[in-house]
Amino acid sequence: MLDLDMGKYAAFVWPAWGVSAVVLAALAARALIAARRWSAELKRLEAGEGDRP
Amino acid sequence: MFGLANPDRFLRFTRPLTPVLWVVAGVLLAAASWLAFAAPEDYQQGDTVRIMFVHVPAASLGLMAYGALGVSSFFALVFRHALADAAARAAALPGAAFTGLALVTGSLWGKPMWGAWWAWGDARLMSVLILFLFYLGYMALRASIDDEQKAARAAAVLGLVGLVNLPIVKFSVDWWNTLHQPASLLRAGGPSLTGEFLTPLLTMMAAWAALFLALWLTAIRTEIVRRRVLAIRTRRALEA
Repeated sequence: MLDLDMGKYAAFVWPAWGVSAVVLAALAARALIAARRWSAELKRLEAGEGDRP
Repeated sequence: MFGLANPDRFLRFTRPLTPVLWVVAGVLLAAASWLAFAAPEDYQQGDTVRIMFVHVPAASLGLMAYGALGVSSFFALVFRHALADAAARAAALPGAAFTGLALVTGSLWGKPMWGAWWAWGDARLMSVLILFLFYLGYMALRASIDDEQKAARAAAVLGLVGLVNLPIVKFSVDWWNTLHQPASLLRAGGPSLTGEFLTPLLTMMAAWAALFLALWLTAIRTEIVRRRVLAIRTRRALEA
């Protein structure tokens, strides 16, 4: 069903897909981690709004 | 449309939309990858045709992300709206990454098909390289100015100037002789690809488009939250 034998072009097809997969995964991870980190920081600051040190 | 320019309304509106986009992007990426390797070999290009399924979406979305960056820069300059500036900033990293991928995957396709990794002086290759440099310049400019307001205005001017390059990239294959093949999708007379390649390609382009929207909205939301955090920190520092 799937053709995974890239024959003599394996050295070109797989790196192209591999680098794409790595870059897209890194973009997604970076965006989601940053979103979580800044939301947590905002929540922390807003929670402490009333009782400042 | 301008109602969404209010950051609070933007956050409320995009809150349910963003996770949906992430899921749609993931599902479409999986489906498109399956279709890409279920497609037959091309009679001329053999298995290298499968590079097309990552190269073309990377290049198209790299171009479109710059469109988003440039138009957002225009609104940031003219209306001085903070959300437009956040939108421009948020498009830069995914756009740069997509354009970088277009260059790398194009090189990996060029070597077996043209016999060269790169061709200096080729109008399509050079205009895409310039697009990539605009992205890098935009991010470097923002990073190099400490005052965020000043950085935003300078970056917006650069972002706007770079829009000029977009039609050059798109039409470079028609205006000049290049190694690069002309457009196969957006061309007079309809796509020149047959269904067995067109379906995986269009699915993959939809996947990358959904992924870009997910990345973009998430980054804009993060930028709004980040600015609130900085504002609270500044206020507390002043009160202390």
